[in-house]
Amino acid sequence: MSGPVLSLRDVRKTYVMGDLRVDALAGVSMDVYEGEYVAVMGPSGSGKSTLMHILGCLDVPTSGTYELAGTDVSRMTEAELAEVRNRRIGFVFQGFNLLPTLNAWRNVELPLLYAGVSRDARRRRAAEALERVGLADRLDHRPGELSGGQQQRVAVARALVTDPSLILADEPTGNLDSRATADVLGLFEELSSAGRTIMLITHEPDVAAASARTVRIRDGLVDLATAGAA
Amino acid sequence: MTTLETFRSALQALHSHRLRSALTMLGILIGIAAVILTVGLGQGAQAQVQAQISKLGSNLLVVTPGSTTSSTGVRGGRGTSSTLTNADAQALTAVSVAPDIRAVAATATSNQSVTAGSTNWTTTVVGTTPSWAQVRSRDLSAGRFLTADDIAQGRAVAVLGTETVTQLFNGRSPVGQSVSINGSTFTVVGVLTAIGSTSTTANEDDQVIVPQTAFATRVAASSARAAVSTIYIEATSQGTLTAAYQEAKSLLLTRHGVTTTAADFTISSQQSLLQTATATDRTLTILLGGVAGISLLVGALGIANMMLVSVAERVREIGLRKALGATPSAVRRQFLFEASSLGVSGGVCGLVLAGTGAVVLPHFLSQPVTISATAAAAAVGVSLLIGVVAGVYPASRAARLAPIDALRND
Repeated sequence: MSGPVLSLRDVRKTYVMGDLRVDALAGVSMDVYEGEYVAVMGPSGSGKSTLMHILGCLDVPTSGTYELAGTDVSRMTEAELAEVRNRRIGFVFQGFNLLPTLNAWRNVELPLLYAGVSRDARRRRAAEALERVGLADRLDHRPGELSGGQQQRVAVARALVTDPSLILADEPTGNLDSRATADVLGLFEELSSAGRTIMLITHEPDVAAASARTVRIRDGLVDLATAGAA
Repeated sequence: MTTLETFRSALQALHSHRLRSALTMLGILIGIAAVILTVGLGQGAQAQVQAQISKLGSNLLVVTPGSTTSSTGVRGGRGTSSTLTNADAQALTAVSVAPDIRAVAATATSNQSVTAGSTNWTTTVVGTTPSWAQVRSRDLSAGRFLTADDIAQGRAVAVLGTETVTQLFNGRSPVGQSVSINGSTFTVVGVLTAIGSTSTTANEDDQVIVPQTAFATRVAASSARAAVSTIYIEATSQGTLTAAYQEAKSLLLTRHGVTTTAADFTISSQQSLLQTATATDRTLTILLGGVAGISLLVGALGIANMMLVSVAERVREIGLRKALGATPSAVRRQFLFEASSLGVSGGVCGLVLAGTGAVVLPHFLSQPVTISATAAAAAVGVSLLIGVVAGVYPASRAARLAPIDALRND
């Protein structure tokens, strides 16, 4: 069996505010393997947002190592991290983060734009990704013309379009009603059974319950029993 | 991300804030149009003066009497006394002393009442030599010009300007007719081709040219028979103008037995006439151009301001783009493209407005507006530069935004 898709070893993140040192992450080690559907759950202030930023290569750890698909990304420059985010990670955010002036397929093609994919290929792949999330007939709709659930589906399509190693969802159902939540969770279920590696960060137990494995985080530390580290 | 895609994204962003973009662009538009028009007006005025002065003859030096500065600092005005003579002019024609002088024409002038039949007209009578036509670059529209024979014989013949012909002969052909000047009868032998009236010089189309010998005996007051009021010198080429100037100066100094500081004549060139005539225009152009330049600067501040607002407003968008893989330099480039697109489109629209102004304005100002290709290219270049410079700070602010901070902004 190949190595883990992502592997954290003793990752710390310390914020210094004046004289105060806050360990948002106090030495986290965990592994996630290909095709796993993992939920990271913890109350607010537990360090799960910081963990998500580091997992998403939006921030780098103060110490420790983070390997994503076999590459150590913990000491990369900002431009290198941008490339890793572009090629290896698909983000789904709580607030959808779609650009309101662009229609659905224009939003979905954004990561491909930064990857330097040609216009025709972008259009084709964006359409495929939107079809995959069941929005084949909404290609030219703007976010304002779509429901909350549909907008989050567009965001999931955008996360899928680059065929990333990891889909990272940060409270993806936080802004959705229960019907749309079920809708989006159903979509993750489908993607997971199709072999996608998914990490979902949430504070809601019923959302976490949808995943195959739940990693619990509290006070900057991961419950060892759930970390999956070798 | 390719340059074309960056450009497309920038245009998309500008398009989504159409009104704001248009207003910002307007600042540059007005600035560029103002600069091009003021410079164009200045250049137009200069070109006009230049054209007028070049009508006086090519490669021309003008020697006038007077304008002396004495040791006490008293400066005698032009024409204070006639210190130039026909002999001076004669000496200047000698190739051995002045090889860079092609032709010399001494003139003596007098305002006289000229009569033809029952019509009379007061005009300038010029006594000169056949070389005058060449030196002053004048052609004839009818008849002939003065000949060496006319001078030698002291014949009472005259060549008339077109305006003079109109006044005296009311459109009839004057060649062969006679006119009366100061009681003497002169036969009209030719008519000068019109060169158009000029505001900076005497009306070159209203004069009567007669042989200098006839002028001395029949027109001039007895005390001023040998004097000439102006000697026109034509240099062999534009390049030898300076040499001709030096030759004429040293020859006249020697002949008059004076030193440079006590020179009793002044030699001016077309260049110096031009300089005097355009100095005022240039000062005005620089002044107005400066004011227009300030409005351009204000336009640049407008771009910088709009871009800063735009960055602040789009923190989320920038964060998202970065999360999706935009490198800091890709973000910087997009904002620089936005700023420079504003600059260039403002510049191009300003150019169009200035072009329209250049066609329309002369009808109201009776002043030509010259817009050179250089000025047009410079305007577009400057507006691009303004856009880039105004965009640098906002763009690097956008590029420095950390994606997490940007995304956190709810």
